[in-house]
Amino acid sequence: MGKLKKWCSSMVFVGIGVGVLLWGGFNWSLELTNTVEFCISCHEMESTVYQELQETIHWSNRTGVRATCPDCHVPKEWTHKVYRKIRASNELYHKFLGTIDTPEKFEDYRLTMAMNEWKRMKSTNSRECRNCHDFASMDLDKQDERSAERHDPHVWEVEDGIEPSLTCIDCHKGIAHSLPEGWEEAVDNDPLLSAGLEALQEVEKE
Amino acid sequence: MKKIIMTFITGLALVTASMSTMAEIQSLRGAHALDKPSETLDKRKQIKQKDGFERSYKIQPPMIPHTTEKDRISLKNNSCMKCHSEKNHEKEKAPRIGDSHYIDRDGNKLSDLSSRRYFCTQCHATQVDADQLVENDFVGAK
Repeated sequence: MGKLKKWCSSMVFVGIGVGVLLWGGFNWSLELTNTVEFCISCHEMESTVYQELQETIHWSNRTGVRATCPDCHVPKEWTHKVYRKIRASNELYHKFLGTIDTPEKFEDYRLTMAMNEWKRMKSTNSRECRNCHDFASMDLDKQDERSAERHDPHVWEVEDGIEPSLTCIDCHKGIAHSLPEGWEEAVDNDPLLSAGLEALQEVEKE
Repeated sequence: MKKIIMTFITGLALVTASMSTMAEIQSLRGAHALDKPSETLDKRKQIKQKDGFERSYKIQPPMIPHTTEKDRISLKNNSCMKCHSEKNHEKEKAPRIGDSHYIDRDGNKLSDLSSRRYFCTQCHATQVDADQLVENDFVGAK
């Protein structure tokens, strides 16, 4: 009896030790794949979208705050992050297939990839944008008149706890990478992405 | 012997003449020493102007009253059209591209922006609050 108890307690300690190692190792490697260096270790990303990012305000700006690949493309919260990482296995599959391994192939596929990302953003109410850009800390007085005017109704939606009629990505497309050819028509023809956009057209006309 | 002396004298005269001209020529750098870094110009920001700039003459392409640093015109996309196209100008409260921009070189009216008008910045320019290069009293046509 005493022997079994001793064995059990030692197993518990071993279990905890192994658990900590595995859990730590898992999260450590997860974070390793959450770096720019990892993203651009594939030429598909390095020679296309990474170059485009470097010309945008998310790369260099007055205050020196920089957003890199994972800031926008990987959710911060753990469960969402792991879900996204699992989805990324599809990207690995296409890496091996060589779906976008030349600039020409990349351009042919750009619209599809952009649409995927826009849909993801739209369905999460632009969650990754809001990791940094929060209406609660946005001072409309410091914005350009036209920006402030257009943000204003949406700030009040958040303030009043109303379901948002539009989300960041509805207007802010192509801010970090080049827009694909024919994107406007594609967005208009997509039921998810075009949802709410007609309302915008009418509101702005008034 | 006489020939040699003549050549020598002519040569000497030429050298003296060219040296005196050289003294008058001044480098574009002015008196700025060669081993000094060149003078830096004041940094100017692109201007934003509400309601645009007035034209200086009748058919002047309107100047751009906002910054365009982040705008790109490529073979596949023209980011100016995000606001100034037929489709978007009302929503964005932006001026629509002129009717002339729909006409191709054969005079046909197109449904979309003509390719010869595609490169907006060939005619429309952003402005900076720069000093006049030469003092002048130019006044635009009213």
